[in-house]
Amino acid sequence: MDPNLVLLLNGIVSGLLLGGLYAAAAVGLSISFGMLDIVNIAHPAFMVLSALLVALLWSTTGLDPLLLSLLLAPVFWLLGAGLYSVYHHFFERRGDEAIQGLAFFFGVMFIIEVGLVLTLGPEQHFADAAYAATTWRLGEIDLPLRMLVPAATAMAAIGILALFLRRSFTGRAIAAVAQDREALRLLAINPTHIKRLAFGISIAFAALAGGALAVVQPMDAWSGHIFIGRVFAIVIMGGLSSLGGCVVAALAFGVVENVTATFFGPSWSPAVAFGCLLVVLAFRPQGLFGRMA
Amino acid sequence: MEGLSRRGLGRAALAAAITVPAAARGQTAPSGPPIRIGYSMSLSGGLAGNGRPALLAHRIWAEDINSRGGLLGRPVELVHYDDQSTGAQVPGIYTKLLDVDKVDLVISGYATAIIAPAMPVVMQRQMAFVSLFGTGVNADFKYDRYFSINPAGSQVKETFAKGFFDIAMAMDPKPRSVAILNLDSDFHQRTAESARFLAGQHKLRVVYDRAYPPSTVDFTPIIRAVQASRPDIVYVGSYPPDSAGLLRAANELRVNFQMFGGPMIGPHITAQKLQLGPILNNLVVWDVYAPEPTLQFPGMQTLLERYQPLAARENADALGHYVPPLAYAQMQVLEQAVKRVGRIDQAALAVDMHGNSFDTVIGPLRFDAQGEWVEERNLYTQYQGVQGNGIEQFRKAGTQVILYPPRYKSGELRKPYTAGL
Amino acid sequence: MSETAMTALPAPAPPRRMGHASFWLATAAAAALIILALRGIGSEYAYFAATFVLQYVVLATAWNILGGYAGYVNFGAAAFFAAGAYTTVAAGKALGFGLLPCVGLAAIVGGILGFGTGLLTLRLRGAYFAIATLCLSVVLQTAVTNWSYVGGSRGAYVIRPRDVPFGFDSYGGYLCALAVVLAAVAVALARTIETSRLGLGLAALRDDEMAAEAAGVPTLRLKLIATSISGAMMAVAGAPLPYLGSYVEPNSAFGLAYAVNAIAMPLIGGTASWAGPLIGAVLLASLQQAATVTISSAANLMIVGVVLVVFVCVAPHGIIGLFRKRI
Repeated sequence: MDPNLVLLLNGIVSGLLLGGLYAAAAVGLSISFGMLDIVNIAHPAFMVLSALLVALLWSTTGLDPLLLSLLLAPVFWLLGAGLYSVYHHFFERRGDEAIQGLAFFFGVMFIIEVGLVLTLGPEQHFADAAYAATTWRLGEIDLPLRMLVPAATAMAAIGILALFLRRSFTGRAIAAVAQDREALRLLAINPTHIKRLAFGISIAFAALAGGALAVVQPMDAWSGHIFIGRVFAIVIMGGLSSLGGCVVAALAFGVVENVTATFFGPSWSPAVAFGCLLVVLAFRPQGLFGRMA
Repeated sequence: MEGLSRRGLGRAALAAAITVPAAARGQTAPSGPPIRIGYSMSLSGGLAGNGRPALLAHRIWAEDINSRGGLLGRPVELVHYDDQSTGAQVPGIYTKLLDVDKVDLVISGYATAIIAPAMPVVMQRQMAFVSLFGTGVNADFKYDRYFSINPAGSQVKETFAKGFFDIAMAMDPKPRSVAILNLDSDFHQRTAESARFLAGQHKLRVVYDRAYPPSTVDFTPIIRAVQASRPDIVYVGSYPPDSAGLLRAANELRVNFQMFGGPMIGPHITAQKLQLGPILNNLVVWDVYAPEPTLQFPGMQTLLERYQPLAARENADALGHYVPPLAYAQMQVLEQAVKRVGRIDQAALAVDMHGNSFDTVIGPLRFDAQGEWVEERNLYTQYQGVQGNGIEQFRKAGTQVILYPPRYKSGELRKPYTAGL
Repeated sequence: MSETAMTALPAPAPPRRMGHASFWLATAAAAALIILALRGIGSEYAYFAATFVLQYVVLATAWNILGGYAGYVNFGAAAFFAAGAYTTVAAGKALGFGLLPCVGLAAIVGGILGFGTGLLTLRLRGAYFAIATLCLSVVLQTAVTNWSYVGGSRGAYVIRPRDVPFGFDSYGGYLCALAVVLAAVAVALARTIETSRLGLGLAALRDDEMAAEAAGVPTLRLKLIATSISGAMMAVAGAPLPYLGSYVEPNSAFGLAYAVNAIAMPLIGGTASWAGPLIGAVLLASLQQAATVTISSAANLMIVGVVLVVFVCVAPHGIIGLFRKRI
């Protein structure tokens, strides 16, 4: 095969795998920011919290990092539900969620990061999965399991979430909260309960994404920063409340980054990706896949 | 993990048992007002991973010297503040140290980003200043009381990558092409520049030459592009998170290069050594110390034996092969100059440091007019025979052999590099 | 601004308030007093600590003009701050400018950048605007990192001149006096905007942009003025940075600490009035400076986070709000 074609194909495939990781990171935010209108800027910090906890647990138990992150998810759900209660009590109820709410999550992010440094130290932490050193090969195309397994797990989890949102009563109530809060009240559903549940789910997804990150690369307390811009960009490009759009945007983001890195040098890949976002914001603020307002 | 820390505690007790009687029978107990040494150190933020081990080495030095009767008969006291790895905090810290705390001596914290902001304050007070791991800081300031503890020397462009290329050119058959890849950062721009220069000297064809940004997550496209350019040897300049990503990508893509490595800062950190394990085999890495018999200077072994239990207790880098030896040497330079001068006199200290050579745990060294080492000592080492992910193999000689410079050589180059496969 | 539009707005400030001219005079007097007092102490450390605090006064006041008065959250304060710092580096290198002309130039660069951000508000509101400013910060940092003329990722050295200008006792004293003047101008400017029609118009669009627009408030023009002034002031805050540390590199100039503090300080002080960011900046910056040289561990970063969270939860209108409630 033509070497350039091989490079291109591999760039696309590895971009899709990277996109799977981004999707895991972004889907939680798509719930909180897209559906509930809560600008949780601390979302990547929760991912890092989970990743470092996974690394810590892995070094004592030796269990699979992704399994550990699944075990952590309920704990993170509780954490998220608690955090939402605080947020609702102090901000949403008072109606000044805009600036104060943003600042609140900014502060939470800071506290998580510094707290991690104080307890676990500033060094890098890692967790090794048993399959991390294996690579599958399909002809000329490489599929490293280190990227494939987290991406596949993330996709499976997102699929289950999508089913839950579409089929179950609670799931549909969550989708409804995104559109009309008052209508829910008429159905005798407490929107606050629904939102607490949903925000818990979004933080639980941060736990899963943390497990995926821990498999892919070593992490330190500040590793979340490189994801803040990316996950918000993906959620906005995906059209906020649309899970499918979020996944497609994540995959596109990964492919654009990796193909640029392969052919034009890695120093341009973040600029290209964020340039895309600025263009989207300027010309189609409802996202590539969003409905017109 | 568990066993390691328990053993660590045992060693701590042992170390305490050794040092206490030493202090008790010490020549003469130090007396008088303490000599205060002030500095800023990154204990939080991105540089803390190396800042904290450096501080441990400084503390060990202070204990050592106080148990040996102090400096000029006076006890030594370290006064340091956390700069949070932020250069903007540094001028404030040094003005506070000099104006309010009235310290007698100052040294630098870790890395260029912390050293440079201290320079104007230090220069205004005409203090002698021994720095740690700064690259080319004094090229612009031209301060005649600046002394750098960094083995790279002042001719970075001509000498930094020399070892790597000398080893490569001695291979049979000789390599004809090279790929150069570096992180877009101060240090690695300089190291890549040196590689480019020397590749030109050796008439090697540069088939790939790119920098990558610090926020890179996936390194497979980079390694794949390097592979596609079909170089004989690959020179990489990177920092810890990316080094792991690059090496794993190399492993997944089953690379096969005659030689692979360079200043890949990463395996220098114990946690990464353990994680990468066999992937390190045949990797040629720039380093400052390796536990090889050719590199045993007085005090080195004792330093590591005292450092490791302390590090286990304080959760710092377990082996301490990277920054602690240099941080300890930083203090030894100060100590020997003060002892020779016999008083705290900044001008006389600077004259002494320019004029004499120093015996440190990392060997003898001497400063040139710019305060860099007269004779650079860039080590190029190769990991050999790493099996599994245990820590003990890295304490032993033979795991990380020295290939360059010839005077410290302790092993032969093994090739090719196949990322542990 | 048209007269007819303004009649739709609430009545102007109550008559008891100080006039613009007297407020500017009072600020000038306060600035002169501070400079003299610092000269009296005469310690380099006092100079440095004061400069550190005052640079945040400028930054927080500037942020508040857009964030507090108009309700547009700017997460990219660090980008504007760094733009100012890099203007000094570039102008010093290309044109041989000293610090004072660089401050003026930084104001222009920051103003242009702010105007561009203002154009973004055409389409983006609320969280979208905040995230766009965050992206702007990333793009600008990438650009500076790849711009080798100002040092790129290597950073740039700016050596202080040997002679100290205007009869100051040291260069630190000179920088400190400059910071006092900049802070005084920033505060007076903020107060002038607040009590002028511009401020009232901004308040109207903060409360309900649609309604303000419908009532004939020229929202776009007001927003463009606000973003330009705010951007210019933030860049001015950053302009002396290269001389303060003698070394700038992208990671520290674009540091998250600037963005966090620029938001936290006005929120803690209270966003409704010029005094809020002033109080917030003085308190929080002094606290941080004190913590750096006393507690000296990662814990002092914790302080900022905890104080911020506690304040936005318990005192949503800042310290000023606490006092207003009691009276």
